[in-house]
Amino acid sequence: MMKYLDEFRDPALAAALVDKIRRRSTRPVRLMEFCGTHTVSIFKHGIRQLLPPTIEMLSGPGCPVCVTANADLDWAIALASEPDVILTTFGDMLRVPGSRSSLEKAKAEGADVRVVYSTLDALQIARDNPDHPVVFLGIGFETTAPTIAASILQADAEGVSNYYVFPAHKLTPPATRAILDAGESRLDGIIGPGHVTTVIGSQAWEFLPRDYGLSCVIAGFEPLDILQGIYTLVDRIESGDPQVDNVYSRSVRPEGNQVALEHMYRVFDVCAADWRGLGTVPASGLKVRAPFRHFDARERFQVDPGPVVEPQGCLCGEVIRGVRTPPECKLYRKVCTPHRPVGPCMVSSEGACAAYYLYAGEQD
Amino acid sequence: MNRILLAHGSGGRLSHDLICDLFLPHFTAPALARLDDAAVVEPGEALPTKRQLEFTDSRRLAFTTDSYVVKPLFFNGGDIGRLAVCGTVNDLAMVGATPLYLSAGFIIEEGLELDVLREVVASMRASAQEAAVEIVAGDTKVVEKGGADQLFISTAGLGIVPDGIEISASNARPGDVVIVSGAIGDHGIAVLSEREGLAFKTELESDVAPLNHLVADMMQASSHIHVLRDPTRGGLGTSLNEIAQQSQVGIAIEEHRIPVRDGVRAACEMLGYDPLYVANEGKLVAVIDREDADQILEAMRAHPYAEEAAIIGEVTAEPKGKVLLRTGIGGTRVVDMLAGEILPRIC
Repeated sequence: MMKYLDEFRDPALAAALVDKIRRRSTRPVRLMEFCGTHTVSIFKHGIRQLLPPTIEMLSGPGCPVCVTANADLDWAIALASEPDVILTTFGDMLRVPGSRSSLEKAKAEGADVRVVYSTLDALQIARDNPDHPVVFLGIGFETTAPTIAASILQADAEGVSNYYVFPAHKLTPPATRAILDAGESRLDGIIGPGHVTTVIGSQAWEFLPRDYGLSCVIAGFEPLDILQGIYTLVDRIESGDPQVDNVYSRSVRPEGNQVALEHMYRVFDVCAADWRGLGTVPASGLKVRAPFRHFDARERFQVDPGPVVEPQGCLCGEVIRGVRTPPECKLYRKVCTPHRPVGPCMVSSEGACAAYYLYAGEQD
Repeated sequence: MNRILLAHGSGGRLSHDLICDLFLPHFTAPALARLDDAAVVEPGEALPTKRQLEFTDSRRLAFTTDSYVVKPLFFNGGDIGRLAVCGTVNDLAMVGATPLYLSAGFIIEEGLELDVLREVVASMRASAQEAAVEIVAGDTKVVEKGGADQLFISTAGLGIVPDGIEISASNARPGDVVIVSGAIGDHGIAVLSEREGLAFKTELESDVAPLNHLVADMMQASSHIHVLRDPTRGGLGTSLNEIAQQSQVGIAIEEHRIPVRDGVRAACEMLGYDPLYVANEGKLVAVIDREDADQILEAMRAHPYAEEAAIIGEVTAEPKGKVLLRTGIGGTRVVDMLAGEILPRIC
């Protein structure tokens, strides 16, 4: 563990990569880092300041919390407020504002909402509380979907009958297509999500150079990973040779993690999904297959969350698509802060607005 | 009977017995032993281990209060009792006061095992002895099952500030040097690792410790200590922000200079925490005149609680109220105050 932390943050190597980037980059380019964790890492290590002015970095929709539609969150909040239901969730979702409330507020009002680190914890809570329905809020991308699938398979094998999943997972390549098809802003290259691609494989991004003439580099999250990724991308763009490059080879293979994918597609099927900021995107979500439908919280519970209300003036949608940066939102910093968030991008630890707020200060 | 009953808090025979049999054997201050309604103390009476102090010239008292609700009660490296004593002592030490007297109020949940209470109280005794303070006043209340989470401890602390000492978060000046007394994040991660649901193997211990003797050594070495702060909840990042705002200065620190134990770093990476925001209970940050940096650092490193003391940055005139960090790879970013609870991330 420490080896990765120290070696991939080596200042001398970083300086050398920055130098290479500066010398190779001759024309203005706009690069989108898809993944929220990349955005945070870039800010945390102060990478933007080190890049030449020719390179503009944009954040993408790779924040599963940020792209969860209000309708889904409202449903989860309403479900949590049902008597006897124990709602388990990753911590990030707790403070996200829905139309009228949040899971944190529901918890303060008496709902049994519990933060878990993994679905295995949720499954254990189900075993420990056989008289309560235990619902896991399945929000995330392909990184976590296989583990959710595994929890359902495990529950099925054991005969745990009080465990449910609210399936709100999303798939990243279709979202990338949707952004590019919308054609709202020119992009010259994409830094692909390292952990998602560990699951789906770098081949899953071949459509970018093939259908859009765009280069894509799959990078890890340490500073050297990111700098190496940016250099590789700039190099491809300068030479006019769009490709998918994998510079996270310690984790990513072309075919991805076959076991994980097998689990995922045994339990889930692809369906259309609602994304905040992107609307309905075909074939971009996961639904529970028939043999496992009895684990689907949507099948088991009927709740009425009330009408969906979108936050007034919130530019999360545009930020997610890379069309606007957080400082361009009228609410940013003045009304919307991590202490009093209006939209999810300011709450999530991978949200672009939160990253700007926490690390950029007033200068960016 | 080996558990606390409601009757233990009702002020009658059982209360009296509890005080005499459980508390007084450990809290041995003569002022307390009288069991009057209030403790009458004379700061002139020096404890055997206390340093010499010019009481006649000191006109100022330092006074602090705190409450302790830590879960679990016992953790690697400490417990709620030690935390209560050290936390209170350290608050006094951070204004340059010599801590003298503590009070301790106990709110106990019905059903708590007496052995647990005894162990906590014994720990408080040991910590008070180490810090050379006396616990001279106490109170116990018992609430019904469910009315409190096992045990809460509330304290107050009294100390004397020697004349001429002006240590305050509003005293940082541009050009000053910022020192941290050792590795950050130990306490928060140690406590987290014992809480239900977040179990993972770590050899980390809480750093909970009384820092008043360290501060006394530092004050011996230099009279140009401008700010002292113990970065408890909210961590180093929050404390530095408080100093920057109260003094209306900028603070520039360097990531590679901040000591962090490997285990803490690894745990934070896995959980998505930033060591800058994790609580410490045995560390201090000092802002001092640049001229005295060497001798203060030397005095600190000679003390067992500050062997890894390090200069981590400096105070600047601008940007006022902000803390800037130069990252390990040479970039810069802002360090803000902690916003809300640190929650573990998704992916």
